[in-house]
Amino acid sequence: MYDIINYFVTNVKILQSIPFWMVQAAFMLAGCGAVLGVAALFAGVGSVVERNIAGRIQARYGPNRVGPWGWMQFLADGIKLVLKEDLIPDASAKMPFRLAPYFIFTVAFAAFIVVPFSQKLQIADLNIGILYIISVSSIVVIAILLAGWSSGNKWSLFGAMRSAAQIISYEVPVTITILAVIMMAGTMSMQEITAGQSGGIWRWFIFRYPLFTIPAFLVYYIASIAEVNRTPFDIPEAESELVAGYHTEYSSMRFAMFMMSEYVNVLAVSAIAVTMFLGGWQSPYPGHIFPGIWSNIEGLFWFFSKTFFLVFLMMWIRWTLPRYRVDQLMDLCWKVLLPVSFINLFGICAWMLLA
Amino acid sequence: MTVNYQNNELDTKRMVLNFGPQHPSMHGTLRCVLELDGEVVVKATPHMGYLHTGFEKLAEYRTWNQVVPITDRMNYLSPMSNNIGYAQAVEELMGIELPPKAQYVRVIMAELSRFADHVISVGLHGMDLGAFTVMLWGFIEREKAYDLFEIATGGRLTTSYTRIGGLARDIPPEFIPALKSKLCKFMSIVDEIEYMLSNNRIFMDRTQGVGTITKEDAINWGVSGPSLRACGIEWDIRKSRPYLCYKDLDFIVPIAAEGDTYARYKVRCEEMRQSIRIIEQCLAKLPDGPVNIFDHKARLPEKEEVYNTIEGLIHHFKLIMHGDQHGMHPPKGEVYSCTEVPNGNLGFFLISDGTGKPYRMRVRPPSLYHYQLFGKIAEGAMIADLVAIMSSFNVIAGELDR
Repeated sequence: MYDIINYFVTNVKILQSIPFWMVQAAFMLAGCGAVLGVAALFAGVGSVVERNIAGRIQARYGPNRVGPWGWMQFLADGIKLVLKEDLIPDASAKMPFRLAPYFIFTVAFAAFIVVPFSQKLQIADLNIGILYIISVSSIVVIAILLAGWSSGNKWSLFGAMRSAAQIISYEVPVTITILAVIMMAGTMSMQEITAGQSGGIWRWFIFRYPLFTIPAFLVYYIASIAEVNRTPFDIPEAESELVAGYHTEYSSMRFAMFMMSEYVNVLAVSAIAVTMFLGGWQSPYPGHIFPGIWSNIEGLFWFFSKTFFLVFLMMWIRWTLPRYRVDQLMDLCWKVLLPVSFINLFGICAWMLLA
Repeated sequence: MTVNYQNNELDTKRMVLNFGPQHPSMHGTLRCVLELDGEVVVKATPHMGYLHTGFEKLAEYRTWNQVVPITDRMNYLSPMSNNIGYAQAVEELMGIELPPKAQYVRVIMAELSRFADHVISVGLHGMDLGAFTVMLWGFIEREKAYDLFEIATGGRLTTSYTRIGGLARDIPPEFIPALKSKLCKFMSIVDEIEYMLSNNRIFMDRTQGVGTITKEDAINWGVSGPSLRACGIEWDIRKSRPYLCYKDLDFIVPIAAEGDTYARYKVRCEEMRQSIRIIEQCLAKLPDGPVNIFDHKARLPEKEEVYNTIEGLIHHFKLIMHGDQHGMHPPKGEVYSCTEVPNGNLGFFLISDGTGKPYRMRVRPPSLYHYQLFGKIAEGAMIADLVAIMSSFNVIAGELDR
């Protein structure tokens, strides 16, 4: 981002007449706006894509009426939700009930601030980038608890409690797996982690110490599906058990915010998985095809191809598998994923020392 | 899984939760009041009466043949089986022996509806466990089975196909080729569903050892059908008291030993295969001839006869007209007749006082007994198990409170 700002400041004369911090702030805001737009657009398109994929898997048509091939369906859904009455139940605690959707919405987008979309396209390259993501994504729990508890509905409360237990548990294997990546990269900055994987597909962290890094990637991916509450780990909003879980009582735009943040979260965890294991914006071949600043476009292409592949995989899994029970979910986390992630951590550690 | 509540150190309260009647997985309008300790069910009390239909009382004001459409509505997953069960009860009361073709056609229809019922109940079972896709795959094949019903009866769900002493009409010529072309796909959907679920680790974890019924409980509570056979008891009316032409057909009654949700699922899957086998045999053996008995005191004469002979016209008149002097008059007496419908034993207890209407009809639906047992086996389960148990019984709300 700084490079981009510097580029504009040196080349556009008018910008030099305003103080640098103002230019910087303006660019940052613009960048955040762009990311917000892209992520929100993805949340919309993602829902249409998901429904189309579900349609194909289930031998039926997905949405195919609004716009060309149904691509405008999300706009129609959005308009419908905005026009609906915003119901606030009598039994609810009004203030937290109103607050929760904004909370979850903000948190979902906050992770994108440190995601490197290409060499230069990144809002902020924090030197504690990954730590920031871990902490930000943990706030989701608070938002969900807030929503579930304040609804004044037993189903919502169940959903919230399940969700809290689930997300906090699955943070542990995720964090330990991330620790392994930090070890390999020797840094916590997202941009530098990506840079550490340059030089073709075999330099990606997933293939670095294949005996341990491939299981580490799988652990991260499984745990991240659990973190975003999707089937087979969608117990907080399990339709057949808890009606709609923590957002049972929500309607109108507040409900839409929950739905949007779900898809944004899906994109976020996939983007982070790509950055950490699949080389981020790096291409599978060494070097770039496009020269100079244009290589950003190449980076953008590879980043989104890989991310969307992981997103697609998540959708595929969702429409194939049944869901776990609460206790089995905890068993999987504490008895399988956690030991495996520890083994990976120590394995990678030993391999790095010996190699 | 049992929890010892006496030794709880923390002062906890049990939560009372209304499970239904408006809940996505309480199919129909079932209601169960749960007492919960965390997510574990301490006490479950199934309630009935949210779908009171009054079918039994209604039957007392209908002539014997007019009751057939009522039986449709009692089970919205396999209406054809109910038609057949009712018609058979009245025929036993009157001592009517069906012509062979009618027997074979009824068996084809009963097995087709058994398939349609099981494919949906297995699919819904999957859906309640989160495997939504399986249900929609099942629905595709169910629709094909309903297409066949439509060809034969003109109705998809409300078939009303049987009449006392035969069928509403003979199967049309295009029915048999259509059925033959679909059987192969029916067989493969069972394989596909089993491929998706049977060896799926998550599905096995969710269903094995969940909602286990012991043999004694199963017998004492009057469990029947696939749920009984999943406990290791070989009891199938089709084998033990053969009706229609089942004794001429070669089929296996699948049983499983465990008595849990998974066993019930496996038994249903295997029963679908057996149903298809039975249909294939029936098609091979299907005799020619009339589908109605030639007894004009019970069954309407053929249209040709009505238009061309005076006897036919008079018989038609006598059967159709209202009043004590007209219509069908079974002898005084009572009868209990039982058939094997997809969910278990469907019994009809009929009392005739010699008039044109049943004096009393009492239905013994399979789901009622399964639902009563539900409260017992739900204890100690978790909320997530409840939906698995409920859908594995395939409780039909329309049958509970007739």
